[in-house]
Amino acid sequence: MLAYLIRRLFQAAITIVVMAVLVFVGIYAIGNPIDVLISPEADPAEIEAAIRRLGLDQPLWRQFLLFVGNALRGDLGTSFVHNEPALRLIIERMPATLELAVAAMLISIFLGIPLGMIAGLRHDRPSGRGIMAASILGFSLPNFWQGMMLIMLFAVWAGWLPSGGRGDTVPLFGVPVSFLTLNGLQHLVLPAINLALFKTALVIRLSRAGTREVMLQDYVKFARAKGLSERRVVLVHMLKNILIPVVTVLGLEFGSVIAFAVVTETVFAWPGMGKLLIDSILNLDRPVVVAYLMLIVFVFILINLVVDIVYSLLDPRVRLSGRAE
Amino acid sequence: MTGPVLEIRGLRTWFFTRAGVVRAVDGVDLAIGAGEVLGLVGESGSGKSITGFSVLGLIDPPGRITEGSIRFRGEELVGAPEERLRRLRGAHVAMIFQDPMMTLNPVLRIDTQMIEAVLAHRRMPREEARARCAEALRRVGIPAPEERLKAYPHQLSGGMRQRVAIAIALLHDPALIIADEPTTALDVTIQAQILYEVQKLCAETGTSLLWITHDLAVVAGIADRIAVMYAGQIVEQGPTAEVIARPLHPYTLALLESVPSHNRRGQPLRQIPGMAPSPLALPEGCRFRPRCARASERCKEPPPVLSREDGRQVRCFHPCQEPAPAETERA
Repeated sequence: MLAYLIRRLFQAAITIVVMAVLVFVGIYAIGNPIDVLISPEADPAEIEAAIRRLGLDQPLWRQFLLFVGNALRGDLGTSFVHNEPALRLIIERMPATLELAVAAMLISIFLGIPLGMIAGLRHDRPSGRGIMAASILGFSLPNFWQGMMLIMLFAVWAGWLPSGGRGDTVPLFGVPVSFLTLNGLQHLVLPAINLALFKTALVIRLSRAGTREVMLQDYVKFARAKGLSERRVVLVHMLKNILIPVVTVLGLEFGSVIAFAVVTETVFAWPGMGKLLIDSILNLDRPVVVAYLMLIVFVFILINLVVDIVYSLLDPRVRLSGRAE
Repeated sequence: MTGPVLEIRGLRTWFFTRAGVVRAVDGVDLAIGAGEVLGLVGESGSGKSITGFSVLGLIDPPGRITEGSIRFRGEELVGAPEERLRRLRGAHVAMIFQDPMMTLNPVLRIDTQMIEAVLAHRRMPREEARARCAEALRRVGIPAPEERLKAYPHQLSGGMRQRVAIAIALLHDPALIIADEPTTALDVTIQAQILYEVQKLCAETGTSLLWITHDLAVVAGIADRIAVMYAGQIVEQGPTAEVIARPLHPYTLALLESVPSHNRRGQPLRQIPGMAPSPLALPEGCRFRPRCARASERCKEPPPVLSREDGRQVRCFHPCQEPAPAETERA
């Protein structure tokens, strides 16, 4: 296990270096930040001074080393717009996005797996077909449209829930969260459902496919032949086998939910990282975009590691070993 | 105990598929006495496994028992409530499956899978249940059972897993064990050991055994009586030695002739001409007629089951121990 972790950390380091090169080349080296930062009417001497100040006269590799050196000290640049360290800006918004993402994941797990199993067990009955038909809607309707419809139904017509914003927050271990206040919870419900709809449809389909595959296995029949109750057959023998693919996909999806909650955060004016990213792209605030991408790489690596560990807990045939296969 | 442990009368288990009705089991009569070993022989798709699953009520949709009766110790099982069947399964009627690689759940430890089988039928502390499981493993010849209990299925060999499955089947000393080709997936040496042990354990406890197989050699060594199945029906039934030595049904004869050891060296292996009929389109009358060398015009009618005085039964107009129908009569 320890050897495995060390090997994974090594891989993670390589991934981050590769990603740093890509992000740096993609964002800093292509295009000219001077055009954005200095007004076109400035005289050549001023422009010359700005280029020297920003280090743009240095060769590319030296610029890159400077970027890496600063990044290692936790400095991913300063926002052009907010004049604050980019990383701090993002970290400040992170709890809001994480809370939204976690809420959405919980909804998709606790709704998607049972519905998917029912759809699999009753695949030839109306209830099973109904669930599948509904999941197609979750898949195919555009996310932003679903969000707007939710706002229209529950905020505008019914007036039960607020249409946007985050609501009241209380600190939990120093991090502001909104699910502990009634007002915050009301604000959380609609965006969380919106973000969860696609994932739920995905989990339903995965669980159904898994159920239909597992229910035909001999070990399920053998479990029944032992005289076990249907409850135990489904909730122990089948569920544990179905969870293996679901966990893998959910792990990957969790990363993308955090990274690309952009649409939902925009529709519901949720003050998270996604909204910051969109604003920064619109304002050509490059340090923030770079810091965001680097942070997301880090989050993805972390989630993948956790998924691998959970996987090994679920499936005894997978043993994490330090040796390369 | 008086009367048979299991008595099947006119059982029909049909599968209502999109392509049509598959008459997998179509009028099967069987009886197994206490402590008796009955070998149910047939080729793939003859309906022998479905017959076994029908007894336990483990037929998955679109399959359904459409007709007939299954009596276990006099109690009717067809149409019995699911909870009653659940209480019988594992406790009074146990089953061993074909492929030991597939019958144990890969993600659960052996102890989990054995203890749950004990607790499904008996209330007792977990520790006591665990001790029973270790004892059951010891009984089927597994060394160091305490350690094996903590293993996952993939850590055991095929023969070992089948022993675990047998140990699970024997946990509650059932009156009947249905063994669905339990040795087919094993090496020949392991096969012989398992055969010997199942036979021994059943004899010790007086358990009846329904041994489902396509392997005549296996069944000849273990069964008291043989029932030969073809296309959803039993075509011949009788004491093992009699059926093997003097088969009555042309299909049984053809099966015996296609066993390699019965042929002389250097000669090509005998085969049964043609293929088993599709269960969607069964021939009229005798189902073996298109492949039968003895078939006549009469065979287009469904043949009756002839019960003979020596306890043998055959579903044929022209049993092999009688002269073949005259040339003019042949179809």
